[in-house]
Amino acid sequence: MPKNIKIYTTSECVYCSMLKSYLNDKHIEFTSVDVGADRQAFLEMREKTGMMSVPVIDIDGKIIAGFDKEALAKELGLQ
Amino acid sequence: MYDSIIIGAGPAGITASIYAARKSMNILVLSHDLGGQTNWTATVENYTGFQLIKGIDLVEKFKAHLKQFNAGVKDNETVLSAWKTGETFKVKTDKGEYEAKTLVIASGRVHRKLGIKGEDEFIGKGVAYCATCDVPLFSGAVVAVIGGGNSALDASLQLEKIAKQVYVIDETAGFKADPILVEKLLGSPRVKVFRGDKVVEIMGDKFVNGIRLEQNGKIEELEVEGVFVEIGSAPSSGFIKDIAKNVSGEIYVNCRCETSVPGIFAAGDVTDIPAKQIIVACGEGAKAALSAYSYVNNK
Repeated sequence: MPKNIKIYTTSECVYCSMLKSYLNDKHIEFTSVDVGADRQAFLEMREKTGMMSVPVIDIDGKIIAGFDKEALAKELGLQ
Repeated sequence: MYDSIIIGAGPAGITASIYAARKSMNILVLSHDLGGQTNWTATVENYTGFQLIKGIDLVEKFKAHLKQFNAGVKDNETVLSAWKTGETFKVKTDKGEYEAKTLVIASGRVHRKLGIKGEDEFIGKGVAYCATCDVPLFSGAVVAVIGGGNSALDASLQLEKIAKQVYVIDETAGFKADPILVEKLLGSPRVKVFRGDKVVEIMGDKFVNGIRLEQNGKIEELEVEGVFVEIGSAPSSGFIKDIAKNVSGEIYVNCRCETSVPGIFAAGDVTDIPAKQIIVACGEGAKAALSAYSYVNNK
């Protein structure tokens, strides 16, 4: 069953760009929200994830902070 | 065995890799952040040929150029140590161990940390090192920027546009930044400067909620939601011992990018070269690779 993936990013963050490229290369669907532009989304990210930095990725409720390739591959079953 | 292992893949390392690959050297490139410090540079206006380009876009161009060659690139490995063994060199990373006839060290620099209570605890929870990434998160907030150089001033100017209040804390009491930036900053009503104060603690519960300053025995506490640490950088040279370095840890190189160890070459910001610039790093990377090629072919 495909996982529900949401990523929190800002527009100039290079690790955010890397994360998006990584997911696109693996043909993984995700939704993305710019928490720099959307204050409500920032507060939601902070509340839900306990993090105030980007990127943060929510995979069916499992939170990974930063572009951690190994943790991502493990959680997405790509290894 | 490789002809050369290139440690680091920022502008210096990538250029060294391209030059080495074009000389048909059998190389391995080790990096844990392809593009290096250029990734964190918002805009670059002094790389010849590009009047203005985003740091991340320049990195994409470097990466695309490197991809043209069949260089073995491991971009998710951290070098832990490197050493000479007989006539060759070994490199140990968090994933394996490799051997080569030469090394090109282009490992760049890392952010300096304050080393104070609360700093590690609140990384990602209010403590930030990358203004480009995290400034947008502090819209309407009260934030502190620690440092007095160009990076600190640059972060402060970015924050000043969107934050409620920016406290700039410069322990050295004399901004080392370009005068034009200092003037711009001091003119802002949202900016308050603390000269000569030292930040001794970062406080918070779930997230940062304050900092403690000290000057001449006097303590002051400020309520802040974010702390940007912009106190400069240190060379990433700790993984290699038995090589001549200056007091700051920068590796000494001559004009051929030779180090004190025959067979080890170094390029870019990890070296003692005075101009820490992207274009200089690229030039040094090219020289280091050509020197490594001569070394391998004259043995």
